[in-house]
Amino acid sequence: MTKQAVIAPAPLAAPATGDGRAPGPAADVTARDLAASYGRTPVWSGATFDIAPGEFVAVLGPNGAGKSTLLRLILGVQHPASGLLRVMGDPPARGNPAIGYVPQRRPIDPDVRLAGTEFVKLGLSGHRWGIGVPGRRAELDRRVEEAVAAVGAEGYARQPLGTMSGGELQRLMLAQAVVGGPRLLLLDEPLASLDVRNQMTVAQVVAHLAGARGMAVLLIAHDVNPLLPVLDRVMYIARGQVTIGHPDDVITSEHLSALYDANVEVLHDSKGRLFVVGLEEEAAHPHRHERVPADGG
Amino acid sequence: MNRALALWASAATPKPSWNVAHDVHQLFSYPFMRHAFLAGSIVAVLAGVVGYFVVLRQSSFAAHALSEVGFAGAAGGIAYGFSAVSGLLVMSLLGATLMGLLGKRLRGRDAVIGTVLAFSLGLGSYFLTRYKGNASGAFGLLFGEILGISAHDIWVIALAGAATLVVMAVIYRPLLFSSLDEDVAEARGVPIRGLSVAFLLLVAVAVTAAVQVVGVLLIFSLLVTPGAIADRLCRTPSRAVALCVALSLAFVWAGLVVTYYSNFPVGFLITAFAFGSYLLVRLATAIHTTKADRPPILMNSR
Repeated sequence: MTKQAVIAPAPLAAPATGDGRAPGPAADVTARDLAASYGRTPVWSGATFDIAPGEFVAVLGPNGAGKSTLLRLILGVQHPASGLLRVMGDPPARGNPAIGYVPQRRPIDPDVRLAGTEFVKLGLSGHRWGIGVPGRRAELDRRVEEAVAAVGAEGYARQPLGTMSGGELQRLMLAQAVVGGPRLLLLDEPLASLDVRNQMTVAQVVAHLAGARGMAVLLIAHDVNPLLPVLDRVMYIARGQVTIGHPDDVITSEHLSALYDANVEVLHDSKGRLFVVGLEEEAAHPHRHERVPADGG
Repeated sequence: MNRALALWASAATPKPSWNVAHDVHQLFSYPFMRHAFLAGSIVAVLAGVVGYFVVLRQSSFAAHALSEVGFAGAAGGIAYGFSAVSGLLVMSLLGATLMGLLGKRLRGRDAVIGTVLAFSLGLGSYFLTRYKGNASGAFGLLFGEILGISAHDIWVIALAGAATLVVMAVIYRPLLFSSLDEDVAEARGVPIRGLSVAFLLLVAVAVTAAVQVVGVLLIFSLLVTPGAIADRLCRTPSRAVALCVALSLAFVWAGLVVTYYSNFPVGFLITAFAFGSYLLVRLATAIHTTKADRPPILMNSR
């Protein structure tokens, strides 16, 4: 296994053009020898991949490996240290309406009385100047309804945000991300702090939505198992490297052992679920490296 | 103006006749009462609109610090012979710019703000000792002088208010977005830092206007309490802003009417009405939420 291995070339992706400059025309996201750094500290480098339209990619890896950084690069809120990155053929730019984004969820103050639908509406018109044209209100409301229905949140979308459970909130954030009709969804740990059943449901909702609307999905997760039924490929970010491929190729004892430089074993149970053994240190302290935001955000 | 005020103050406290039309007519027969209502109403609208976002952005402490910075400026203005209002405006605008540039997130910057606030108060007290005149100027700054507002002051307040409302209307949706969901707003291209500075500048203007009415120390009653109440009651931002404005107007008007018929200072009355309303709402929502929090169908899915 070479250091910058691209495991199993993307089955759906347009072929790379070799000169490292022109991205595949059909790809939603194209990276060529991409490197990211946080300030002056390098995070990862040598990332080369294509995300095809409609592809569902789970992004895995330990905390602090730079998974969120990848999303921030694609969003254009952070710039690459080096290498090439194209989003739908163009350099990443902040405010790209073709991208829907759900950041890592912070706890919401239970006193917040604003209705969930107001929150969803922000995804449609929150970035526009002015107070809005009254004549367009019905149209906005219709599209908000539609997005709320698409994530199955009709039952509680008008309730105050502060009274919602984690799963309910996650669906509304998803509705906010898709209400503008994006081509690419970037979801940062949407399954974190949900119970197993809610993890499965949210994963299904995302997959169903993405399938119905032809959206590509990059979804950051800790545990690949709830995503195995829906994902096309996994991206593994660890130890400064980014690898992408089919889970059977990426989540293997050999690959993870090489990646972590430790004796890692991947076990399969009778239902096809994967268990990674040998990284107990990492698993026992999953939030060790997480940068905790200052109090209140 | 001051003569009329003195004359009125020396006379016996008027009693309401319970003939509303007559009482209102009598109330507005004094120019200083007319001025007070006019200035108070403008400030109430302004503080209501800005105040909702102060609460939403959890910037109450920053707003408070701005008023203290403004106090230092006003005291400096008095001490060195230019007007208190211009000193107030310049210093609070400067403070707003600094705080806005300090970081994209003002939340959780209590220590920094507190440090600036403490120094501002110290500076203000120094300027006051430099001022050899009477202390009533300082008292007016701290607790407001709504009954001493001149026609010229009203023009200044009206202009500042109109400008602020126009800017608020322009940045309304992006400001709401960045207040509720900063990360997503940033990704969607909303200029977070610019909005943060712009909003604090608007707070500085609102503070300058509100200080005339309630003073530096009582400013929260107009800039924070209505917002805190609206935030607990309203499910849409537009309704919250409307309620916020209505509450501020009600507090100011009630304060002015009651002070006319009693010996209570208007600043105390406005804060008392605001605080009383806040308590009532907290009580009412506490009872309401324990009774029926949400539809039962969702209980299982939690």
